[in-house]
Order: sequence, then C-alpha cells, then structure tokens
Amino acid sequence: MEYGLDLEYSFNEFLKGFGLSSEIAHIIWLPLPMLLVLVAAVVGVLVTVWLERKISAAAQQRIGPEYAGALGVLQPIADGLKLLVKEDIIPAKADGILFTAGPILVLVPVILSWLIVPFGQNLLISNVGIGIFLWIALSSIQPIGLLMSGYASNNKYSLLGGLRAAAQSISYEIPLALSVLAIVLMTNSLSTIDIVNQQSGAGILSWNIWRQPVGFIVFWICALAECERLPFDLPEAEEELVAGYQTEYAGMKFALFYLGSYINLILSALLVSILYLGGWGFPIPVEVIAKFLNLPINAPFIQVFTASIGIVMTVLKAYLLVFVAILLRWTTPRVRIDQLLDLGWKFLLPISLANLLVTAGLKLAFPQFFGG
Amino acid sequence: MSIAITTQIICFTVLSLVVLIGALGVVLLESIVYSAFLLGGVFMSVAGLYLLLNASFVAAAQVLVYVGAVNVLIIFAIMLVNKKEDLKPINDIKSRRIISTLICLTLLSLLIRVDLTNVWNLASPQNSIGEESTIRIGEHLFSDYLLPFEVASVLLLMAMIGAIVLARRDVMNKDISTGLPVDQELIEKSSEPLLTNKN
Repeated sequence: MEYGLDLEYSFNEFLKGFGLSSEIAHIIWLPLPMLLVLVAAVVGVLVTVWLERKISAAAQQRIGPEYAGALGVLQPIADGLKLLVKEDIIPAKADGILFTAGPILVLVPVILSWLIVPFGQNLLISNVGIGIFLWIALSSIQPIGLLMSGYASNNKYSLLGGLRAAAQSISYEIPLALSVLAIVLMTNSLSTIDIVNQQSGAGILSWNIWRQPVGFIVFWICALAECERLPFDLPEAEEELVAGYQTEYAGMKFALFYLGSYINLILSALLVSILYLGGWGFPIPVEVIAKFLNLPINAPFIQVFTASIGIVMTVLKAYLLVFVAILLRWTTPRVRIDQLLDLGWKFLLPISLANLLVTAGLKLAFPQFFGG
Repeated sequence: MSIAITTQIICFTVLSLVVLIGALGVVLLESIVYSAFLLGGVFMSVAGLYLLLNASFVAAAQVLVYVGAVNVLIIFAIMLVNKKEDLKPINDIKSRRIISTLICLTLLSLLIRVDLTNVWNLASPQNSIGEESTIRIGEHLFSDYLLPFEVASVLLLMAMIGAIVLARRDVMNKDISTGLPVDQELIEKSSEPLLTNKN
C-alpha cells in the first residue's frame, strides 16, 4: 500500500539540486509540516468558532454574527484580535509563575498531538510507531495545567473548576483508552496510518464503525468529556463556578485556553474519523474508481487527485463530527458531577471493558473480519 | 560531528539538568505545591531521556502513568486538603539531618559502585530495536515476566479495595475531626450542613 506521492522526498531532491547536503535539506524540511499543521489547526479553530456562533444562533432562532464579512465569517478573527489587544491581568494575590505556566501546559500537549494526525498515506508530520498511544499519553498532561491555573488564580471557583477538570479527565481517560485498545487489537498496530489502511479494504463497508459500534459511541462520549464540551462542561459551568479555572484569566492567556479547547475539539473529531470512519478513505475506494475509469493508479495527476480527496474526506468527516458536537452543546443540559462520575465509572468503563473482551473473542473466531 | 549527534548531546544536557535541578527543587522547596508541580517536570524530562534512548513506548508510558496519573493524583490530593498549617518545629532536627545525609550518601556510593563495576551490555546502533520495542515488551510481559506482571496487578487490586473501604459511607460515616455524620454524596459538599438544623 505504498503510494508514490512523497512530498518530503521530492522536496529534499529539489534542494539537493541546488547543491545542498541531504542533512541541510532535512533541516529546512523539518519545520515546514509543523508550521503547516499549526496554521491548519488555527484556521480550523476560526472555522469552528464561526460554526459555533452560527449554529447556536440557528438553534436559538437568532441570526448570529452578520456584519463582519459575508455571513459574519470574519467574526472569529475579530474575536481573536480583541483578545490579542486586551490587557494582560495577573491578579494581585495570584501566583504569577504558575498562573502563566498553566495555560501553556494546557495548549502545548494538544498541539503536539497533531503530530500523529494523518491526512493521507504520507501526509502527516511523523509516522511514529506508538502513534495513537502518544495522543493518549499527551492528553493526560492537560489536567496538570488545569489544576495549576485553578490553584494559581487564588479563587475558590477556579480551584473547584480545576479539581473538577482533573477528576473528569482522569475518569474518562480509562474508557477512552480501552476503546482505542479494541481498535489497536484489530489493527495489530498503534500507528494511525496502519489503522486507516486496515479500514480501506472495501470503502465505507470496512470502516471500523460497523465493527466497533459500541467503541465508537464510548469513544465519542469520552472525547466530548475530555474536551469539556457540554453536556460535560462542569469545569467551567458558568452558572455554578463563574467560569471555573478560567475565571481570573484575561487577554491572551484566556485566549490560550479558548484556543486549546477548540483545537482539542477538532483533534478529537479528527481522531474519531481516523479511528472509526476510515480517515482519508473515500466511501468508495479510489482504486476501484480508477480501475473503473481505466486510469493508472500511480500516474502523478491521479496521485495528486487522491491526496486532495484524502484531505477533503478527513476534514469533511471531522467537521461533520464537530457539527454534531456543537448541536449537542446547544441542545442538551449539563450533567451533575455525581452523574458524570457515575456515567464514567459505572457505565462507560464496564461497557468498554466488555467491548474489548468481545473484540478479542471475535478476533479469535473470525480473524478475516476482525484482523488476524 | 554530524547535526544529529549535536542535537542529541544538547537535548541530553538540557534534560539531565532539568532532572537534577527539578529533583533538588522537589526536595528543597518550602511550598509543597511547587514541589508537586516540579515532580511532574522531572517525570517529563525522564520521559525525554527515554525518548533519546529510542524507547518511545516506555517514554509514552512514563508520561501516561507518572505524569498523567501519579502526579495528577498527588496534586489533586494536595489541593483537596489545602490547609494552611503551622508545623511544630522538631527538636532534634540536626541529628535527623545528619543521619539522613549519611543514608543518602551511602546509597549514592553504592549506586556509583554498581555503575563502575558492572559490565554494561550496550546495544550498538545497528542492532537496536527502536519501534519494535513495543512488541518485544508485550512478549516479555506475557512470557518470562508474567509472574511479576500478575503480582503487580494483585497489588493494585489490594490498593483499590483499600480505597473503596476507606471511601464507603457505612464504614466511615463520621467526620474524623468533628464527629458529625457526613453526607458523602458529593465530594464537593462541606462536611457540615450549610443551614444548621433549627429543631
């Protein structure tokens, strides 16, 4: 399944044409995909913020942003600019160092996790062998940042918000990891590329969602809880905790939290589409279409075409999930903290354990369908 | 010297410095909260050292277990009992310090001796397994290291049962300090009712 399109190789060859050594070429190449993914993440956040505003307006029978650009598409940029020029306040009795380090610790792991998100066979920053496990490990750092900012704010609402965030993410990490484990069991690999390739056999029919329906639902619920989206937004519940751990934050530090939560939402949606919805795969396999049209699969223009279809499909699937998340946020009430912990420990955990066990059994019984 | 090796040496120096200074900070700082956060930094840098040794799975496991679970729980516990307390000065603090210094120095010399006398079986870059280590670790855990693996799970089970016994309402239904009955429905509720009973 090795496709010809390898941008890194062609870029390095291109630079070597100017007489540069391969090491220098590699160093020039290294920051490019990172920058690209960073820009993609931020643009993704702008789009999501606009969608959130428009969809929430539609759900509440309002018009929503309208004057900033056509249909208000420039509204998120205006929001961002406003946050950039706002005064950066550190409360007098807050702990300055921890107060500053908190938001950074929340944002950095989320951005690092984009390392493993593939948009095509070779379109990802690094195909690390531990793949999806890296994301699980990195997302476990986030609660430290939340606890840190909750503590440093020197405000009881902030501290409660931080404690809730930590309790929530610890409880929901376990069913999340267990449902990922069922996928890994079927793939025999932790790499996100292998996970998508394993689903690419028969187009839409071979997507993991048909083989892992329970895992899909558990993963989606846990991902929403990890992103602190309604119905699980207890750490920042406005009516009870002012704004939870973000209460004392203003300006760019608040913007880091804001950015972090939206990047996390898009990342979770991307990962759901990679793990369960076939990643960059088109509902009908591209090879079948190429064969039907009598086109050679390795021709350059076909390669470019499949790569663009891959990117479009990944983003499309992710944004469908983002749409569902936004609809859920504006139509469901918030759960209580005891309901949240009950759901996590007494319902999702046993169900995901049973799912893992059943998957292992099915893998032994039907190796051709559930990965040999 | 190639660029890759230079980068490795720089990373190694920075990570070791962070580990050493961070560990000293954990022990020496007055504020327990700072110590706890620094401990997280130390764990992270140790994970970075594993990464330099090409053990990415161990590094990720280190982050997940030590930073994501152990350290978060330590900080969580510190913040739940966030009590300002003036500790009584200990009388024989000097002799205690001398004894603990002696013990630590003995341990250090023992470790240095092991380091110098042991013949380290270093893998050359050619036969290092790298990404394959995940599979290798799994194979070892389910064959020759099966017994330690299972014993560790029994240990965790015991800790879990202990925690459940401590948290159960019918076992510990009284507040230890005030002796009042406790409603433990929500962890965030205060131990005393907000509105005192009128009757």
